[in-house]
Amino acid sequence: MNTGTDRVKRGMAEMQKGGVIMDVVNAEQAKIAEEAGAVAVMALERVPSDIRAAGGVARMADPRIVEEVMNAVTIPVMAKARIGHIVEARVLEAMGVDYLDESEVLTPADEEYHLLKSEYTVPFVCGCRDLGEAARRIGEGASMLRTKGEPGTGNIVEAVRHIRKVNAQVRKLVHMNDDEIMTEAKLLGAPYEVLLQIKKEGRLPVVNFAAGGVATPADAALMMELGADGVFVGSGIFKSDNPAKFARAIVEATTHYQDYKLIAELSKELGEPMKGLEISKIAPESRMQERGW
Amino acid sequence: MTKIGVLGLQGAVREHVRSIVENGAEAVVVKWPEQLDDLDGLILPGGESTTMRRLIDRYGFMEPLRQFGESGRPMFGTCAGLILLASDIVGYDEPHLGLMNITVERNSFGRQKESFEAELSIKGVADDYNAVFIRAPHIVSAGEGTEVLAECDGRIVAARDRHYLGCSFHPELTDDHRIARYFIDMAEQAKASLANS
Repeated sequence: MNTGTDRVKRGMAEMQKGGVIMDVVNAEQAKIAEEAGAVAVMALERVPSDIRAAGGVARMADPRIVEEVMNAVTIPVMAKARIGHIVEARVLEAMGVDYLDESEVLTPADEEYHLLKSEYTVPFVCGCRDLGEAARRIGEGASMLRTKGEPGTGNIVEAVRHIRKVNAQVRKLVHMNDDEIMTEAKLLGAPYEVLLQIKKEGRLPVVNFAAGGVATPADAALMMELGADGVFVGSGIFKSDNPAKFARAIVEATTHYQDYKLIAELSKELGEPMKGLEISKIAPESRMQERGW
Repeated sequence: MTKIGVLGLQGAVREHVRSIVENGAEAVVVKWPEQLDDLDGLILPGGESTTMRRLIDRYGFMEPLRQFGESGRPMFGTCAGLILLASDIVGYDEPHLGLMNITVERNSFGRQKESFEAELSIKGVADDYNAVFIRAPHIVSAGEGTEVLAECDGRIVAARDRHYLGCSFHPELTDDHRIARYFIDMAEQAKASLANS
């Protein structure tokens, strides 16, 4: 028996496709998420909008919270480690967390290097804004990708930019001649072998979810329409007036993302969504998407 | 042409579609109950069983799926799909569809870090089958008339009960499409015998 193989790690993400992964900060929220049909939960100490509001250094969650969430639900539990923080990642792995997010939502521990994710038995998801970043993360061993978007803003514009960019670059790559790929690798800052594989298969070798700014059922459906394999919802759900109803609506809109009448029904009387932030109002140094190298 | 549906509410739908097409059958992604009508067989894919169950309830799939099975048309559940098919689930009072005469236990090999690949011998399919287990359930016991097709480490991981086929691993994640072939053969035989009855 072989554990921690690429197939097992990437396959785990394949099973999440078409689903919604929800940020939760305690067992009660985790149960609401599971009941609403979430495919997994992300156990956090604070959701991104609160991290943004609190300022200071954001770290791995208190293991007690992660443990509490793991005991509360039977769906997979994910948790975030700081970029490059080998020990936070190893601690979460040792606790038996099902998936780690090497996340720019937390304050990076290393401003030069990411984790060598291929060395871990636990699979990783990482954020990306373009194909270069996506391919570097895959090269390091990420088994799942997500758009970075701009977390905690309730503004979908950055996630849209990122998924369109990645998909446009994949399409371009697929139509390139073989003798053009090395230069493309140089230009993108991407590992050559990963690009060759993407060209051969016609798509990314791992699933790519939407994240960072999904605030409404229509936002979730939009990201699916643009080619996301599934959706992460962070601050949106438990910052809304009726989290259970809101969570269900996001799940259904993700499943039936082209059923517009249904999405209209789902979107009725959901209460006030989280108040959005316009990206230009966030100082460049405060934009989480700039973190990662 | 034999028409095989894949329940498309959540999970590894695309991969099953690929293995159906590779075997020369027609694949249909089923998102609404009406789509079940003209299918010869149905695959319940891997994914999250609790999520699929919520969506099955919300879109009124429960009865149509049961009727599909009771009509004699074959169903194949992989991982989460196996849990949906089972007549008994350890630790739960009620099954989901409850069509296949087996008792299953969820996440019985452990959490994700214990997920694994292993070589299996599957009766009637292959002696050298590389199976991918992800937070997998296993079949604790096979009921009367249920044939055990494969075991891993002493645990039942594939079985067949009449026209119901189930496995706790993910055949859709590899390029080996022999189990899909086996299921399509089941669907073709059922189609022929249902047409004659």
